[in-house]
Amino acid sequence: MTTKPLVELAKTIRSKNAGVDQITFDIIFPDRESYELVKRSGALTAETVARLYAVPRERLTAFVEYDPALAIKFTIRRERPSGSPGERDVFGAQQYAPLFDLPIPVGS
Amino acid sequence: MTDPLSILSPTGHLGFTPIERGSFEIGVGRRPDAIVADSGSCDIGPQPLGSDEHCSPEEWQRHDLELMLLAARRLGVPMIVGSASDTGTDRGVNQYADIIRELARRHRLAPFKLSTICSQVSREEVARRLEDGVPIDGLDGRPPLTKETLARTDRLVAVMGVAPIIRALDEGAEVVIAGRSSDSCIFAAPAIRAGFPEAAAYYLGKVLECASFAAEPFMGKESIIGTVTRDAVSVTAMHPGQRCTVASVASHAMYERADPFFEHVAGGALDMTHCRYEQVDERTTRVTGFAFRRDPVYRIKLEGAGKVGERAVAIAGIRDPYTIRHIDAVIAWARSKVEERWGPPGERYQLYYHVYGRDGVMGPWEPRRAFPAHELCLVVEAIAPRFEDAEVVCALGTRNLFYARLPEVKGTAGTAALMMDEVLRGKAGYEWTVNHVLPLADPLELVTIKTEVVGG
Repeated sequence: MTTKPLVELAKTIRSKNAGVDQITFDIIFPDRESYELVKRSGALTAETVARLYAVPRERLTAFVEYDPALAIKFTIRRERPSGSPGERDVFGAQQYAPLFDLPIPVGS
Repeated sequence: MTDPLSILSPTGHLGFTPIERGSFEIGVGRRPDAIVADSGSCDIGPQPLGSDEHCSPEEWQRHDLELMLLAARRLGVPMIVGSASDTGTDRGVNQYADIIRELARRHRLAPFKLSTICSQVSREEVARRLEDGVPIDGLDGRPPLTKETLARTDRLVAVMGVAPIIRALDEGAEVVIAGRSSDSCIFAAPAIRAGFPEAAAYYLGKVLECASFAAEPFMGKESIIGTVTRDAVSVTAMHPGQRCTVASVASHAMYERADPFFEHVAGGALDMTHCRYEQVDERTTRVTGFAFRRDPVYRIKLEGAGKVGERAVAIAGIRDPYTIRHIDAVIAWARSKVEERWGPPGERYQLYYHVYGRDGVMGPWEPRRAFPAHELCLVVEAIAPRFEDAEVVCALGTRNLFYARLPEVKGTAGTAALMMDEVLRGKAGYEWTVNHVLPLADPLELVTIKTEVVGG
């Protein structure tokens, strides 16, 4: 099975606060073909994301395939509200990088 | 009501960085029916609300207000600003109103009506409602609000919906300076007042709230125009190099939100599940198919922040590969020296080590934390009720990085590099204590609207 890293298939991979208690991640594809390929691959799911970020599955509050924007998005609840003492990323804007290397099977 | 209504949105956060003039003037040339901008966010963290300070320089706020005010008065159309001065507190509303009065004098503007809408809520007011048994439910998995959480809160704002803004416009306001507001509501208000259906009006607000973020390629602070009819919203980029495409507009619907299908506002939710997007010209996308669901109980969001303590920060670098491999032991040593004198962290102090080069950005979410870089930057952050204590804890926790006892260290003259042997004072540490919803009998009950004639 050949794989490609997600970064080569997606147009946009980003993260940002969704309110003060959650960070939401958007993976947006340039065309329906790559969107459907990733959707069908089973490599980008709530379970694989929870594993990648080493968070319990319950901390993922949403995992949505959003057809109108050719996008897959998921949301993780923060350990503490944004901007609390000890904060690492007030806007939640740099949490997406590990998604780049996620291997997506692209056929045999 | 048959004519379409169009609104110019020049910025997603007025004052945060200055509005770009070029696309703004192109937008003004299209003669929109209103110029509207949001000026605040909870994205900036709890400190500005908690300490009631703005985080944007007043020079930029004045720049943006001046551009909007002069254009709106020239066109004779309403100007609406929500969440004044980053926090949307009464301080922010009064500060912006003063700037508007001063600009009116300086530019000798013909008389116009200015309305201010304050929506700050006192802790006592919320406490009284809690005692009356009003349920104040938590958002995003938070438990209901309690007296104890409220006691830790220094300042609260109620996030207003469309009703107070419509009331101000009914009073003849030509400039509205509003406290904390739902971003989409400040755009929806003039459209609802003009008779457009709520669904179309709220969608108009949703798509315009971040200005050029709904267009591509990525640019900030450029203007866009949204036009609403009974059942459609069209959105057009004003910057010659930007386009509102099906992809850019559809993907904006999911920006900064867990759920791309619903936008919750005071009194209901915009349902975008069945939205259809079509490109109508090179720079314009048209959207149809939205719906609005009214809540059975009218509820508004409350935001509150409380102080945790004063903050001290210091910086240290590490280059020795052996020390880097044992960085957790180094930090444990420094922590143990702090605990010897101050006891375990808690009420008296909090101490954080940010290890840049390993997991400074992502912390426990970092999958590569076993592969640190060849040099590390440690930012040591201490919080304590008094700054003097935070300073001492921070110095103790930083200097002991220098004296770490590792069994096989070769560099026996110091285990850390200090760019300066100095502790810096940071702004105080705050926490978002309140992210809840409060039921209201009347959408206007927590706001104060004042209208005056300015200029002339």
